[in-house]
Amino acid sequence: MSILVKITKEDILRALEEVKDPEIPTISVVDLGIVTDVMVSDDNFVSVKLTPTFSGCPALKYMETLVKEQIEKLDVTGVEVTTTFEVPWNTDMITPKGIEALKKHGLAPPEKHSGLVQIDFLEKVKCPHCGSRNTTLKSPFGPTLCRSLHYCNECLNAFEQFKPVT
Amino acid sequence: MEYKVNELKAIKEFLYKIADDQLIIGHRNSEWTGLGPMVEEDIAFSSIAQDKIGQSQHIYEILHSMGEAEPDTIAFTRNASDFKSSHITEYPIGEYDFSLMRNFLFNHAERIRFDMLAGSTLEPLAQLAKKYRGEVKYHVMHAGTWIKQLGLANEESHARMQTALNETFNLALGIFEESEFAETLIELGIFEGEKVLQDKWIEEISPVIKSATLVIPDKSTWQPAYGGRKGYHTEYLQPMLDEMGEVFRLDPEAEW
Repeated sequence: MSILVKITKEDILRALEEVKDPEIPTISVVDLGIVTDVMVSDDNFVSVKLTPTFSGCPALKYMETLVKEQIEKLDVTGVEVTTTFEVPWNTDMITPKGIEALKKHGLAPPEKHSGLVQIDFLEKVKCPHCGSRNTTLKSPFGPTLCRSLHYCNECLNAFEQFKPVT
Repeated sequence: MEYKVNELKAIKEFLYKIADDQLIIGHRNSEWTGLGPMVEEDIAFSSIAQDKIGQSQHIYEILHSMGEAEPDTIAFTRNASDFKSSHITEYPIGEYDFSLMRNFLFNHAERIRFDMLAGSTLEPLAQLAKKYRGEVKYHVMHAGTWIKQLGLANEESHARMQTALNETFNLALGIFEESEFAETLIELGIFEGEKVLQDKWIEEISPVIKSATLVIPDKSTWQPAYGGRKGYHTEYLQPMLDEMGEVFRLDPEAEW
């Protein structure tokens, strides 16, 4: 007879640190801020709620699967992962560690917006290469839905920003 | 919340029209993939398409939870007469100026609609609206930037943008075709009505158009392209639907 070791919410979150955003492999789903709820029942059945970054994000279903598979590695009796808009995601939900992870991927992180995004948020984005703010927005749309395209007038490099979303 | 039969009918029609607009204009936007006048525009139109089609899917999911078919079935197997989209969404992409102006007029209406719906009593829709308005803000920003640049650039670009505005304006007015269920939606606190939306829209687009030195057609010439909300469409929708659903209909049971 096996003795049930109670899994905690912290165990789950720690495990999910290993699940990365397939489009930005340096950031985990936890640091991205898309894990909005974790519940563990008395018999170790785990329910996780995710919130989409962008509603048209093609990685959504894939991330659900990754989260499920990761939790199944623990001593759980079952896992249920649901995606819901109950808590709408915004870029202020990215953790400080997540911001560092974005930089590591060569992306300029989104600025804190406290609910208000204006066009000048995108105009003078700090260059991730040289740190200058003498930059120009080339397009609010980049290679993935969450990125915009910029050009640095100081170091003459093109760069991408993880764009602020309210 | 429990709804009466006629209320449910009103809500479903309302959801269909929003989602159908997004799916159809989203598909039209995607037709610019690979054809944009420059790579940034190629990416912009493709990203906007991805947003809009993704957004429509979540609204179809609400409909599914109310007893309608699966989102893919709804999107890919209906005929033109089942669609509640407005005519502006279904026109072919035409020249770049036409597509840009269409997006400009449509995106503003869409953003304001979601702003209004963020306070809707239909909770699942309000949740989506709060999310969507932030995304559509970027669509509005994209079109607005170009309208201003091209309106002010030179004689040819100005003339092209004015022509595009003249061509798309009555189509855009068709977005605001009122539903026979409008009163029901107002009573339920779901949506304040197309008239309110249209007034806000005019107020919002006017200064941008003016700053681009363009002129909104005189009110005496306004002839809204109505009919889409009732299932009457232009000759352009059915061929587009045939193409859009072609692969899905090859094997509707396929697992993707």
